[in-house]
Amino acid sequence: MSAGTLYDKVWDLHRVAELPGGATQLFIGLHLIHEVTSPQAFAALRDLGLSVRHPERTVATVDHIVPTTSQARPFADPLAEEMLATLEANCAAHGIVLHGLGSGRQGIVHVIAPELGLTQPGMTVACGDSHTSTHGAFGAIAFGIGTSQVRDVLASQSLAMNKLKVRRLWVEGRLQPGVYAKDLVLHIIRVLGVRGGVGYAYEFAGPAIEALSMEERMTLCNMAIEGGARCGYVNPDATTFAYLRGRPFAPSGDDWERAVAWWSSLASGADAVFDDEVRFDAAAIAPTVTWGITPGQGIGVDEAVPTPEQLDPEERPIAEEAYRYMDLVPGAPIAGLPVDVCFIGSCTNGRLSDLRAAAAIARGRQVAPGVRAFVVPGSEQVAAEAEAEGLDAVFRQAGFEWREPGCSMCLAMNPDRLEGRQISASSSNRNFKGRQGSSTGRTLLMSPAMVAAAAVRGAVTDVRTLSPTEVPAPALR
Amino acid sequence: MSSLPFPAGPVIAHRGRAIPLVGADIDTDRIIPARFLKCVTFEGLAEGAFADDRTELAGAHPFDRDEHRGASVLVVNSNFGCGSSREHAPQALMRWGIRAVIGESFAEIFFGNCLALGIPCLTADPVHVAELQQAIAADPGAELYLDLEALAVELESEFVGANRWPVQLAPGPQRMLVSGQWDGTSQLVAHDSELTATAARLPYLNGFALV
Repeated sequence: MSAGTLYDKVWDLHRVAELPGGATQLFIGLHLIHEVTSPQAFAALRDLGLSVRHPERTVATVDHIVPTTSQARPFADPLAEEMLATLEANCAAHGIVLHGLGSGRQGIVHVIAPELGLTQPGMTVACGDSHTSTHGAFGAIAFGIGTSQVRDVLASQSLAMNKLKVRRLWVEGRLQPGVYAKDLVLHIIRVLGVRGGVGYAYEFAGPAIEALSMEERMTLCNMAIEGGARCGYVNPDATTFAYLRGRPFAPSGDDWERAVAWWSSLASGADAVFDDEVRFDAAAIAPTVTWGITPGQGIGVDEAVPTPEQLDPEERPIAEEAYRYMDLVPGAPIAGLPVDVCFIGSCTNGRLSDLRAAAAIARGRQVAPGVRAFVVPGSEQVAAEAEAEGLDAVFRQAGFEWREPGCSMCLAMNPDRLEGRQISASSSNRNFKGRQGSSTGRTLLMSPAMVAAAAVRGAVTDVRTLSPTEVPAPALR
Repeated sequence: MSSLPFPAGPVIAHRGRAIPLVGADIDTDRIIPARFLKCVTFEGLAEGAFADDRTELAGAHPFDRDEHRGASVLVVNSNFGCGSSREHAPQALMRWGIRAVIGESFAEIFFGNCLALGIPCLTADPVHVAELQQAIAADPGAELYLDLEALAVELESEFVGANRWPVQLAPGPQRMLVSGQWDGTSQLVAHDSELTATAARLPYLNGFALV
């Protein structure tokens, strides 16, 4: 059993009570809500005659259903309009702050909470969205929940939870040029499998992790859930504190020094005990691309689609399903596979550094004929910062569309979607069958730079073979 | 689709016909594609259950086969319900008529979402799951008897004979289901003073002054 880890410390601090069924009642420090998984929870609250216990610890935005072309109200889709109107009414009725369209703070919930300084080390964070694991990048214990649990957090600011085991993923070395946090996490899931993390929290640690920026750490923790781990985290350090300082909801004044002292005390100690540990070498990882229908079906861009003989027997049935669905031949190289659509964005890779990496590839090049490519900033703030740097112009000149913030084509709850058998190069997080809105559409997951490379070549391309071009320094305009 | 009442009160046992659904890593996007999530109630979700998989299989999906009409137990393989946290997935299955799921393993969020609806997700040895799926396929009209206290499932079949397999459920969820305390909101809300005390000791809610 783990001891002395950040997970143990944060868990113990937030324990409210032990419940009759054997679960622990855990206090939730930050509850993030959005339009998809909250309406039924508010309705249930009304049915039970309960109120929101801590509206000041509940923060709302709208992301999944917003169109990314025109965000004028009412939306063309009446169902989308009804969902946002319901969120607005619920937030108004319960005194919950909603960072809505045009506020300057709207965006994908897992992008805005960190950039506003809402997400902080040592918190428990819950949201009705599986990618809530993103917030673990700050040394928070953050996990996705279902709508019944959203109701419970609204009513009690707490949840019935069972403690997870803790596995440390120790990553030595440094990622090589052209290799990003996205490649690292796709590689980890490839090795440990999509079920490997079930029952565990993942602690990401080691020199390669310490060298990552906060945005890279968010990409990493974001996809812990794709490896089966409901939450993943990185111990807070100077990088974390530098990111948080000065953000709107971060501590300030005298609180700041006390906060840093407390945050520093939370990191897993040298004597921490883990339930399991797995080691990786960052330097050995290549740009990674998924070829199949689970995020675990990834390979280096210089590799070939695995043959059944190369796979564990238990992985063969889903590989066979993937060959059929993706229309790929075992043993064929992944590089050179033509793509139809290129999507840069999502809670995994829709932040400023992601757009900079993609722009460095797009700059001075052109989207290949027949390819539709678009960039969706993760938030209004990301959009404003990118536009201040001229990234929007770089993308437009290269033939990419520059869109409004939202979840976009990561999942098909808005007008952005694949059609028919189209195949996408996507910086999002899931390549499940039908995920991008066509029941026969196909998704190749990769880093934003790799998506940009695929866009300009019209096919899966090793980004290391394209020389990046410098992007203008920030805020010169 | 079934007209069984939704779960309420203690869930001690269940009797019903079963659907074998073979395949690993069946994610919640497949259980309920995202377009069906554009709603503010869960009411109409049954029709969306496995919508794209059913289209792909053109009538051959287990949810479309006549012999499984009215079945209420789903028998699945490993990591069922992975991916998105959408409670719409168990809601769609529940509204279709599913009242229990037996499988090799489940994704955690899906397991918790089912528990919150009073739908037990029981695990079984992969060999036993395969035997169960084969037996149901051989006699889809046979009824299963699922005993949450004894943690066993029995198949009652004139054709393939009677058989009984062990199933597993952690003691906590088992107690919650058997005692009828799986809907825990009232328990959580009742700990008012404990909630207040916890909030009072969290540094980030108190100016970081308690370090």
